[in-house]
Amino acid sequence: MSVVNVQLGQCGNQVGHELFDILCSDAQEGKKEYSTVSRERFFHRTSHGELEARAVLVDMEPKVIRQSLSKAAKTGRWRYGEGSHFSQKQGSGNNWANGFCVHGPRLRDVVEEMVRREVERCDRLSGLMVIMSVAGGTGSGVGTYVTQCLRDTYPKSFIVNHLTWPYGTGEVIVQNYNSVLTLAHLYKLSDGILVHENDMVHRICSQLLNIKHISFCDVNSVIAQQLASILQPALTADSHGVYSRNPLGIDWQVHPCAGLERPRSLTGPSFNTSLANLLILRGKDVFSAETGGFEDPALYTSWLLPEAAFNLWKSPMPFKYEKSATLVSNSQALLRPLDNMVGKAWNMFASRAYVHQYVKFGISEEDFLDSFTSLEQVISSYSQLG
Amino acid sequence: MTQSVVVQVGQCGNQVGCRFWDLALREHAHVNKVSLFTSDGGACGVGGRIQHLKARAVLVDMEEGVVNKILQGALREVFDSSQLLTDVSGSGNNWAVGHMMYGTAYREQIVDKLRKAAEHCDCLQCFFLIHSMGGGTGSGLGTRVLNLLKEEFPDVCRIVTAIYPSVEDDVITSPYNSILAMRELTEHADCVLPVENQSLVEIVNKIKHMSNDGKPGSVIKRDSTVISGQGGLSRTEKPFDAMNNIVANLLLNITSSARFEGSLNMDLNEISMNLVPFPRLHYLVPSLTPLYTLADVSIPSRRLDQMFSDAFSKDHQLIQADPKHSLYLACALIVRGNVQVSDLRRNIERLKPSLPFVSWNQEGWKTGLCSVPPVGHCHSLLALANNTCVKPTFMELRQRFTKLYRKKAHLHHYLHVDGMEQSFFSEAVNSLSSLIEEYHHLDATKGRLLPDAPRFGIAS
Repeated sequence: MSVVNVQLGQCGNQVGHELFDILCSDAQEGKKEYSTVSRERFFHRTSHGELEARAVLVDMEPKVIRQSLSKAAKTGRWRYGEGSHFSQKQGSGNNWANGFCVHGPRLRDVVEEMVRREVERCDRLSGLMVIMSVAGGTGSGVGTYVTQCLRDTYPKSFIVNHLTWPYGTGEVIVQNYNSVLTLAHLYKLSDGILVHENDMVHRICSQLLNIKHISFCDVNSVIAQQLASILQPALTADSHGVYSRNPLGIDWQVHPCAGLERPRSLTGPSFNTSLANLLILRGKDVFSAETGGFEDPALYTSWLLPEAAFNLWKSPMPFKYEKSATLVSNSQALLRPLDNMVGKAWNMFASRAYVHQYVKFGISEEDFLDSFTSLEQVISSYSQLG
Repeated sequence: MTQSVVVQVGQCGNQVGCRFWDLALREHAHVNKVSLFTSDGGACGVGGRIQHLKARAVLVDMEEGVVNKILQGALREVFDSSQLLTDVSGSGNNWAVGHMMYGTAYREQIVDKLRKAAEHCDCLQCFFLIHSMGGGTGSGLGTRVLNLLKEEFPDVCRIVTAIYPSVEDDVITSPYNSILAMRELTEHADCVLPVENQSLVEIVNKIKHMSNDGKPGSVIKRDSTVISGQGGLSRTEKPFDAMNNIVANLLLNITSSARFEGSLNMDLNEISMNLVPFPRLHYLVPSLTPLYTLADVSIPSRRLDQMFSDAFSKDHQLIQADPKHSLYLACALIVRGNVQVSDLRRNIERLKPSLPFVSWNQEGWKTGLCSVPPVGHCHSLLALANNTCVKPTFMELRQRFTKLYRKKAHLHHYLHVDGMEQSFFSEAVNSLSSLIEEYHHLDATKGRLLPDAPRFGIAS
């Protein structure tokens, strides 16, 4: 089973590159069966025997793609396909509307063709993954547009979006608008949305990894590490000891954030109700690990049995560390950041600040209102889980 | 790679523009010498070796003096005669002569030169227009060029660097010119970077004073400050060079992300997207640090933090204003050199409590990291603040205008010009008053915690 990746924008292309690099070197160290499955999932062999990532790179400006291509080629282990990247000369200027309404339709044919070529190279397609940020213009606007096109072309395929959620402050001022528009659209299009919050990852870098001067490289590599640990082959309950199960298939709004706890007082005593949790154990002693705590009914919403809501994947192959655990959680964990983001965007919208920049490219006030409405609905549904 | 075209109009515009080109070439040569990476001509230059570089520029002046001097100077190789447009008689410090008379007479020629410059770009992203607000050519023809840019290139971003006259300006009609030009800037520019002559004078004096001071430990290397042109093509320093170099550095920093690599690119079109919440309020107050570089290389991280603090202090602003005691609508930090995202975050967190932001944009920060520092520095910072602190400058301008206008002094010089009507004056001052009013309304919200806007309720 193979996954075709589409990486968009500066963030998407940097995270995507890191991801493939980790996938490739991890598979190299692994046992034959593990490594074959991982390879088939994310790479294909060219006629010269080189590994080429099953990826399509899209950005509105060439700098980052150029870097990703050359960094990959320099590894000597893998590379990106020659005709599988597309860039223009000018960025989307942090404007979701510019990405979604102007750039998106313009590059539709090219991107669809590149994706089609990658899909045809797969013996069995298990799904498509779109890697993007939600804050900028290209990742968010073009990314949303491309996801929409993929949904049209592959109505039955599994589509997962990996989103990098911006820092609370300091990257893009209109990030809350861009995020609201992105999430409201993806909510209707995507089968699963994996989210990494920059603030959380930054904390992992500073508190757990003790990095003094944290760069984007460090942040991206932690994100890629966690993502790879979810995506690499693992043995599931029904795979009968064979590493080939579809790695994608998680419900909406999952939150891989191994080892970190959120504040416990959002609503009442049950702090973070889950709809579903997926635990992935890798390395030594995975078969004897005690995971009963994850099946505590208190963790889950009352109308789901823990055994239905909890999934455990295992692989005895060590992943970076001797032992590692990754949790993907579809729970209330994202409720607070989502609520904050919608609240800030709404306050800005109340004074109509920046709206003219979106109207200029064809996103109207009604479009904003629709997006707000659908996210309020999501927030409300998740808060009622408890 | 996107390109920008610099359009320099009038005496001041051309002098500033030429300092920009000189320093841009210096930076280009420096970067290539140390071969951090190979630049293919960058945002503003046409590719090639340095002696073959041609500036992406259009030079317009209605007298010959300044442009002729450029053509005799070290920069002559950089410009082509087809990029120049001059007349002999000047605009007589009269906005109407520049805007109406020359604007109409030279319209075709200007458009033609702009188009030629644009044809040399494969992806034209931005026009940088540089002109003064006080003189006739700069304010009058400069803003006419702005209108032409909007007509001919509606999708290309227009960033105007406008040099505002001092209170004791020797041009008696400068308040008229400034007010008439202001209306054009408010209506037709995407962003305006206001720079006040007086601030430049004060910065230069302070640097000169400090460099002569000679206290041990606080010695300033003049060659490494923003007023220095050391290492540029022009050997001799002209009287205004020091002041103009500051503005040139402003332009170097703002274009740095388009010219060099960085871990967090800031595209030029992101500036107006992030900093302009309402179309008319697009005046972005620039501040540059370090201005007063100390020679002793003490604790680097403290110096880095100092650089961030300075960007918000009164004496680093390029206009006479105090942003800390006014209201921020949004703020961009363009950092160059070896600075990490964690340094940025730490400093924003540190400074945020002391900076008042408008209630709906408490996190109104836009940041960019460019890895190549300016020549002679290990890092630098340009802050662009959309801040209500521009209001006093505009009010003072209006006051000076009103003083003249009440007596109808010098009005006839303007009304003689074909196409000029007295209503232009009243419309221009009304436009400025309503701009001041808009800033005033925002100012009034300062310090008041506005309640969150009521959200949509979801029926369950």
